[in-house]
Amino acid sequence: MTGRLPRTVLAVLALGGLVPPASAAGPPPGATSCSGCHAPAGRVAAPSIPPINGLPAADLVRAMEAFRTGGQPATVMDRIARGFTADETRAIAQWLEALR
Amino acid sequence: MTAVRRRAVLGGMLATPFLSRLASGQAAGRVVVVGGGFAGATAARALRRADPALAVTLVEASPAYLACPFSNEVIAGLRDMDGQRFGYDGLAADGVAVVHGTARAVDPAARRVELADGTVLPYDRLVMAPGIDIRWDGLDGYDEAAAQRMPHAWKAGAQTLLLRRQLEAMEDGGLVVMAAPANPFRCPPGPYERASLIAHYLKTRKPRSKLLLLDAKDAFSKQRLFTDAWARLYPGILEWVPLSQGGKTVRVDAANLTLETEFGSHTAAVANVIPPQKAGAIAAAAGVADRTGWCPIDPVTFESRLQPGIHVLGDAALAGAMPKSAFAANAQAKVAALAVVAMLRGEAPTEPRLVNTCYSLVGPGYGISIAGVYRPRNGVLTDIEGAGGTSPADAPPEIRELEADHAATWFRTITAETFG
Ligand SMILES: Cc1cc2nc3c(=O)[nH]c(=O)nc-3n(C[C@H](O)[C@H](O)[C@H](O)COP(=O)(O)OP(=O)(O)OC[C@H]3O[C@@H](n4cnc5c(N)ncnc54)[C@H](O)[C@@H]3O)c2cc1C
Ligand code: HEC
Repeated sequence: MTGRLPRTVLAVLALGGLVPPASAAGPPPGATSCSGCHAPAGRVAAPSIPPINGLPAADLVRAMEAFRTGGQPATVMDRIARGFTADETRAIAQWLEALR
Repeated sequence: MTAVRRRAVLGGMLATPFLSRLASGQAAGRVVVVGGGFAGATAARALRRADPALAVTLVEASPAYLACPFSNEVIAGLRDMDGQRFGYDGLAADGVAVVHGTARAVDPAARRVELADGTVLPYDRLVMAPGIDIRWDGLDGYDEAAAQRMPHAWKAGAQTLLLRRQLEAMEDGGLVVMAAPANPFRCPPGPYERASLIAHYLKTRKPRSKLLLLDAKDAFSKQRLFTDAWARLYPGILEWVPLSQGGKTVRVDAANLTLETEFGSHTAAVANVIPPQKAGAIAAAAGVADRTGWCPIDPVTFESRLQPGIHVLGDAALAGAMPKSAFAANAQAKVAALAVVAMLRGEAPTEPRLVNTCYSLVGPGYGISIAGVYRPRNGVLTDIEGAGGTSPADAPPEIRELEADHAATWFRTITAETFG
């Protein structure tokens, strides 16, 4: 039963065009702000800002930590990364990892 | 699998409002969005994406949107108006019902919006994002007729092109006078970006001309970065007159292109008056604007402090430390859409974190920025300490160039997310 449960739920959700509540897998605080600058890959012409959707969470956490401490050069990410705690950053990273 | 077992799984996994919806087979609710700018268009899309069962109707007065960010480049002849224009097909493709019309009245008790053509739209929750209106009673002598002689160009469109044509028609040696308002107003760094780019136009096209920037304030956004750049790029061309030195414009005479300050008067060849502003008129009609002309909101849900069931976003809102910017409008809309969906389901909205970044061009290839990260605290959106701030004062030209590139990327990204 345990192994089958998620698949069962998905199958049920597929009925009648219903979707799970956003809050179940909704974005954690701060996560929706990033897409103001970071477009998904291929979405805009010649972006000077790299896409971050789908980035492995550990890489994103490492980059944010480096921006916070000045270990990675930045024009703006240092100023943004300092607004998030390590926990908040981890949650954002996990959510972004699943996006395309 | 039997129906009974299916129910058991759902009951174990999902919240009750979803179950009752499943039982009744009804849509999750009706949301009407008034205003299809950076805030409203983003909200309409985000609502549909967060819950495709929602019926979302966007009411927008114009057939196409003309974006203000980068419109200062249009004024300075660095860019065409075509690059500012965005349509609503992308929203329609997301299942938003787009209605082109003007909201005239809101009945918060009956939960209905009435359009100028008499159409009535009932809602469960209303999102209002009408942007700004000019306070035509805010500056002596500055009315709608005066704006045809002394454009404000603070809403992109005909006004933007009028100011550009006036600059093009001006003889070399002419005096351009700009008037900047007191806080709060749309786009705090906007007047200073505009002054920079007009100065660039004068330097390259009308080198005997000058720009006088009359200011009703003694301090402004990214001030050090702007004034350093002006000293380097536009010496002898751009003069800023702060409040304490007679910068406040108290009266204008459009017929003679004269601006009167507390200390004297200036007659211009071209005058750009950025007048005091307020939330778009429908906000007052709906009872969500307070005596300041702006709309107080709850910082978690963006629900009006004055009318329950109505959420106010973007320039119209009093959003604490967040400035009135396109970036902020888009960011607020994404947060508010999730809150609206949660409230319709009877769930508690999550406490948000928000980001804002405003890029400005001081000249071609010379960008600067100011950023902030915000959280609700004591009922208002507050700066998170230690985060945010401006680009460094001593950055080398390569960094200024990178930031100019990032500004352009930001514009392509945010307009794609909002309208694309
Ligand atoms: C010169 C200039 C430069 C700027 N540069 C930048 C920048 O570089 N970066 C940045 O982040 N911001 C910038 N801004 C600020 C930015 O333009 C605004 O903050 C942003 O447009 C706010 O979005 P909004 O959705 O709240 O309002 P708006 O964009 O004004 O949208 C409001 C919409 O509502 C519609 N509407 C109003 N009333 C009704 C009604 N009753 N019925 C139906 N429709 C209605 C209007 O037609 C309009 O389309 C700049 C502004 C100016 C003037
Ligand atoms: C104002 C625009 C802006 C916003 C908003 C923004 N970023 Fe960035 N981001 C940049 C820029 C520009 C860079 C390149 C480094 C720099 O110049 O600061 C970058 C780089 C990054 C990188 C490094 C990517 C790589 O492959 O090297 C990560 C990770 C990142 N950002 C994460 C985030 C997250 C998470 C958020 C939201 C909390 C966010 N960014 C919000 C502009 C932005």
